[in-house]
Amino acid sequence: MTFAEARPRFVGAPIRRLEDPRLLTGHGSFTDDHAPPRCAHVAFRRADHPHARIVAVDTEGAARAPGVIGVFTAADLAPLVRPLRATSRMKEYHATEILALASDIVRYVGQPVVAVLADSRYMAEDAAELLDIAYEPLPVATSPAEAVAPGAALLHPEAGTNVLLTRAFTRGDIDAAFAAASVTVSGTFRLGRKTPAALENRACLAEWDHARRALTIHAATGIPGVLRDALAECLDLPGTRVRVIAGDVGGSFGGKGSVYPEELAVAALARKLGRPVKWTGDRMEDLTATSQAFDEIVTAELALAADGTMLGLRADVLGDIGAGSIYPWTAALEPVQVVSFLPGPYRIAAYAARVRGVATPKSPTGPYRGVGRPAATFAMERLVDLAAARLGLDPAELRRRNLVTAEEFPYRTGSGLIWDRAGFQESLAAACDAGNYAALREEQAIARGAGRWFGIGLATYAELTGIGSRIAVAPGMPINTGTETSSIRIDATGAVTAAFGIAAHGQGLETALAQVVADALGCRIEDIAILQGDSALVPSSTGTYASRSAVIAGGAGALAAREVRRKLLRAAALLLEVAEADLDATDGIVRVVGTDRSLTFREIARAVYSEMGRIPRDRREDLAASETYDPYLGTAACATHLAVVEVDPETYHITIRAYYVAEDCGRIINPLIVDGQVQGGVAQGIGAALLEDVVYDGAGQILTASFVDYLLPTAAEIPPIGITHLELPPPDNLLGVRGMGEGGTIGAPAAIANAVADALGLAITDLPITPDRLFRLLASGETA
Amino acid sequence: MIETHAITVTVNGVAGRHTVEDRLLLSDFLRGTLGLTGTHVGCEQGVCGACTVLLDGVSVRSCLTLAVQADGALVDTVEGLGEMDALSPLQELFRTYHALQCGFCTPGFLMTCVDLLRTRPLASETELREAMSGNLCRCTGCTNIVRALAAAVAARGPLKVPAP
Repeated sequence: MTFAEARPRFVGAPIRRLEDPRLLTGHGSFTDDHAPPRCAHVAFRRADHPHARIVAVDTEGAARAPGVIGVFTAADLAPLVRPLRATSRMKEYHATEILALASDIVRYVGQPVVAVLADSRYMAEDAAELLDIAYEPLPVATSPAEAVAPGAALLHPEAGTNVLLTRAFTRGDIDAAFAAASVTVSGTFRLGRKTPAALENRACLAEWDHARRALTIHAATGIPGVLRDALAECLDLPGTRVRVIAGDVGGSFGGKGSVYPEELAVAALARKLGRPVKWTGDRMEDLTATSQAFDEIVTAELALAADGTMLGLRADVLGDIGAGSIYPWTAALEPVQVVSFLPGPYRIAAYAARVRGVATPKSPTGPYRGVGRPAATFAMERLVDLAAARLGLDPAELRRRNLVTAEEFPYRTGSGLIWDRAGFQESLAAACDAGNYAALREEQAIARGAGRWFGIGLATYAELTGIGSRIAVAPGMPINTGTETSSIRIDATGAVTAAFGIAAHGQGLETALAQVVADALGCRIEDIAILQGDSALVPSSTGTYASRSAVIAGGAGALAAREVRRKLLRAAALLLEVAEADLDATDGIVRVVGTDRSLTFREIARAVYSEMGRIPRDRREDLAASETYDPYLGTAACATHLAVVEVDPETYHITIRAYYVAEDCGRIINPLIVDGQVQGGVAQGIGAALLEDVVYDGAGQILTASFVDYLLPTAAEIPPIGITHLELPPPDNLLGVRGMGEGGTIGAPAAIANAVADALGLAITDLPITPDRLFRLLASGETA
Repeated sequence: MIETHAITVTVNGVAGRHTVEDRLLLSDFLRGTLGLTGTHVGCEQGVCGACTVLLDGVSVRSCLTLAVQADGALVDTVEGLGEMDALSPLQELFRTYHALQCGFCTPGFLMTCVDLLRTRPLASETELREAMSGNLCRCTGCTNIVRALAAAVAARGPLKVPAP
């Protein structure tokens, strides 16, 4: 049976979220909200050099400061916690160590060097200022170009190079494709360095239970299962004695999707001291020491025939990965995805690309909403617009001619990705319809006649979501990102508990999963308690990231709920002395179809668990099941974004006049949540396009370490977004859903860049495009 | 030596007397001393607005306010707005319009909106968006927050006078 369970009641409905009442009344349970007795508070003293040798650490003043419990350096922690290493089967990749505290060498400003524990956070921070750390500065190569140059200062000398990974993709005869081309267009594009900037800073609290010799860690993380496994390994404890709880988590967007040095340090210190230890990061720590994002230099060239047919694509990508690997994603996640996704949703016979990830003394890059695809889509969609201009074709028409069509699925891209059936062409048509594209072009002509800078930009992209076990999210990783488990039970009171390994941080997964389970089980949403965000719930889970939870955890929930329903109906059939086929479950009541005979879940549960004798002993079975779902492949999701911008000729301020998204996310579980994800994703894409930029100077100092310097979009910058959901046949996975949490961020930078380029006839190659950059670009006279 | 002061503060209608360090932030007083963890801290420098509370009826950044500055004052936090099973009308609108995702910035937005609804005409969407632009939300893109506030504006009737 496919989902829809014949007649879904909850899936597809705009159910108000179950999470909301607690979050609206201040009763959420965020990591820093926990205040156990005798808690020691950590302040980290962090590197203020980008690359330096630690010559000496004088801890004496700090150790004597009021309220200080202890001061710890790398040497103190070395016997307590092993380093972490994000390995990979990928051949040309050098994994670097992740240490709780920097030992000997610091490699980015913000790297934790010393941990000070005190009775309060105020006292810990006071004492941390009294530390005296002597550094011997080492040479830096801060730009990727410098870092790859021969003779560059090496960040990890043991690797023999700053290039920590290299990978190449080829398909078809690329030279022949370019030889046959009527038109080629090229460019070098850079989507600048970003940071996820969740509103809740990272935090963790570790408690050591003497009686059980066990650690419980509350952490602001999206990957409690991965963190549990990593801590068990690094602390040499069995998984039964490490539990990671991610209660309410205030956003992640990828920033809380890796294992961090602070988590290793806090866990090790709680175990050593035998008391709770808490670290709550501040915003400067977040902006300097949470994983950063994007920042590739993409040099790409597209070959087309005279009729606009794309023939070949060549690319060379240089990714600035920062100081090294991040766990578990290696150093390859972001830059390799750029090359994997660069061909996009287009039919391109020949592809040749190389990617290099180069280490620089900056906070490491890691997952951030969209991963690789925002930069890939920006570069590719700029090339498409450049080609359209060269060929004298409308940009929409050139896309239409080259997007993979329905008959061609499954389509294998030049990088080896397989697109299953998805509405590539349909999304383009729907976005143009929604925005009334033809009328917009007329409006533009009039505006231009009046001397206004008015531009229209399109971007079509595809992404891979809900990725199963056949492909890892990052190449060659030793962890399995392809499955999720759900464990569902009806207890002796008839109440339903559905446990998952995933860990929501704003996506409303408690609500969405309750909708799935309620339909599959035949009960009401309020009968179900969804448990998630806790490593103890299922044997193995990697958490919530990569637009996977609805597809994979939702699938697991449906499988487990169906199995529990079968057991429930078997028990009811015995109790009612009817055939199972005559039974149906809805609203928590099992009815004999066509009669007024029924039993509530509660009555059945009492018979199963308490009223011995009602069900024969050999037929009695617990109303519980645990199931794992593996979609094996990934599911394509796609969208077209249409942005309309106007540039103020006095201030160069860019106003987004209108914005449309037409997307195919398959079956929609909850339209409120889906629209919210699109709006939020686009907002982050707008930030990436117009405002956000992590800036390091040539010496390796970060210049954007506060929200005054790293600008997030606000209500004043974000326009209303017109959203169209394509109603197409759903994909082949269990629920017929496509992941859609990241898409908004993928399309928006490209669409806005194309719109600004269209408004001014400029070669927009670097994002964010700020008013001052725009001014300088216009002054330089460089046009597309 | 860290100085302390005795202060009397009425938080959500409950008066209490506390001895606090001079340097203690109002945000940390609310969260740590009183255990009212609904007020969140996102940047500790007054940019993000997550920590917004009402001080004598006026919205302030509790991370830029010292606890001693609240001596003799009325402080209102998100915990005073409504109950889990009896949300205030504004909270209901936030839920209906899906104006929150992770919920971390939400208490600050709610308290800002309470102040705005009391004191500002909020006659156009532009004014509404400008008025909200002092609070950061990373999840929602703010559109649904604007919609919820617009619905609250529509429901409030004539402009109310500022609280005394």
